[in-house]
Amino acid sequence: MSRLLDQVLIMLGREPQKGGAISERAQRVHELKRLTNKEELKAMREKVHAEKIYTHKWRNRRWIALIVANLLFVVSYHFDVQLLEGALTASRFVGFHLIDLNSALQVMLAHKHIIVNLVIGTATIFVGWLLLGGRTFCSWVCPYHLLAEFAEKLHLKLAANKLVSDQNINRWLRTVFWAIFALLAAATGYTVYEAISPTGILSRALIYGPGLALLWVLALLVFEVFFVRRAWCRYACPIGLTYGVVGIFSPLRVKYRLDPCLHEGDCRKVCLVPHVLDTVIKGRATDTEVPIGPDCTRCGLCVDACPTGALTFDVKGLSKLL
Amino acid sequence: MSESENKAAKAPPSRERKQQARRRFLRTALLTGGVLGAALSGYLPLVYAKKERLRPPGALDEHDFLSSCIKCGQCVQVCPVQAIKLADIVDGFGIGVPYIDAREQACDFSCDAAQCILACPTGALVYQKPSFFSEREGAKLPAKPILKAKEHDPENTLNFRERMGVARLVHPESCLAVKGQGFKGQVRGPDFKARLRYMDVDRWKPIHIADHPYDLALCDLCVRECPIDKAISLETIVAPDGSTRRQPVVHEACVGCGVCEMICPVEPAAIAVEQRGVWKS
Repeated sequence: MSRLLDQVLIMLGREPQKGGAISERAQRVHELKRLTNKEELKAMREKVHAEKIYTHKWRNRRWIALIVANLLFVVSYHFDVQLLEGALTASRFVGFHLIDLNSALQVMLAHKHIIVNLVIGTATIFVGWLLLGGRTFCSWVCPYHLLAEFAEKLHLKLAANKLVSDQNINRWLRTVFWAIFALLAAATGYTVYEAISPTGILSRALIYGPGLALLWVLALLVFEVFFVRRAWCRYACPIGLTYGVVGIFSPLRVKYRLDPCLHEGDCRKVCLVPHVLDTVIKGRATDTEVPIGPDCTRCGLCVDACPTGALTFDVKGLSKLL
Repeated sequence: MSESENKAAKAPPSRERKQQARRRFLRTALLTGGVLGAALSGYLPLVYAKKERLRPPGALDEHDFLSSCIKCGQCVQVCPVQAIKLADIVDGFGIGVPYIDAREQACDFSCDAAQCILACPTGALVYQKPSFFSEREGAKLPAKPILKAKEHDPENTLNFRERMGVARLVHPESCLAVKGQGFKGQVRGPDFKARLRYMDVDRWKPIHIADHPYDLALCDLCVRECPIDKAISLETIVAPDGSTRRQPVVHEACVGCGVCEMICPVEPAAIAVEQRGVWKS
């Protein structure tokens, strides 16, 4: 339970800390790793890298899923097939209401009257993403995420050439934004966040045609390319935090195994939320198997990047069951 | 964190570190300011004052409507004449909220049942306002509007209770009927894209108005094409000097759909919908 609380605090903004009770098994593995001779380790790393076939399996699957999900909306409207009608904020999947949790929250706080359809749609989405991992929404569905991934690539290229500098921002900012937007909705009676939500703007632009609102999305992307890597998703988006909370109890997550890990940190370099991968740092893992925290978007980039298979997708309880 | 950085932490802050801290602060401030500034830009008087939009049938009062609409566009998707559009960011808090530009494409109820209301997942569009909402004087319709197209059906009404607005003869001086003139040809030219349901052409498929030319001895387009029963009629008006003229007169049954504004052949339209307008007897 304390690890869960720890992970929740890390999601909200606290920096991961060293220490905490390390299980006996894990201590033994850590000890063994400390004793490994440097030459041997180097040889092992080289061998692993030589043998590993790097693919973009999960990234490609994810991009396909993201594009298909967004195209479903577009196709449903333009060809008038009643498959997935609406936009990402609220829709109907073959007639069943689906309502984005953060949009629902904004509407409920602003409007202060809740009707049955809103509850049904919100509950359906809640259960759905509870099963699928919470922030899975971010990397597998949100159209802004895909654009931000390209912006991130560009940013890293510029940073490598020392044309821009990579700066962090305090991660508590997202939690502060979440609270501010909730308060603003309740106080003003307007769904203030929806006015600037790049997710909503992009989704509507795809389905109903582009508009001036895309300039705001462009401004965000420019900020991410030239100033702060993945600024919106990391430090601002309240949707991400809302789904993160759902993900706390989700059985689907990435699992880390201490044994095979060579602690090179390739996974942390590709990760959108590297604080969740703090456990992979040498000597940190509190157990031989550690589930990655709720802020993880289950994007699978680390799974693709890991040369030893220490990081894998996992459904809690399922491996035991099989 | 590399070793050199660790050492630097213990030494008095170097220029580089100070600069880094400053950058970090500036970036945080820029992001925070930018996001909150953009979010609250809806309060700019310029943006705020502009939003006078005709909303789809059954819309709650403006502020309630903006707060309850989830900006998904499901109402847009069910509209057979695509009268409903979603507002852009210039509408401030009204971004993504549906509106109707009646002059370009009015709501003609060719869906038969105000399907946009049926599609709305959050109750921003409702057939009947829940009792906890206040009612504006004159916004309520005297009775359920009777749809002319369904006149002979057993259930011939539209179910909503409040008007979207009310049509007013804003430029009587340019009204063709008032001037005693007729109308011949395509209403609003060959390139006009709007569609309308003509019962004598197709019960279920609205056609382009441009494909339906008229030849009228006296223009009565607004009366002729009004989809609602007893909402507007051509009356004989006696002027103080004893002369008579014919003029369209709007009645209490008007729901404010805007078909009259769309079909009016003069520029600018002689008759127009006052959005959220109420009935004054």
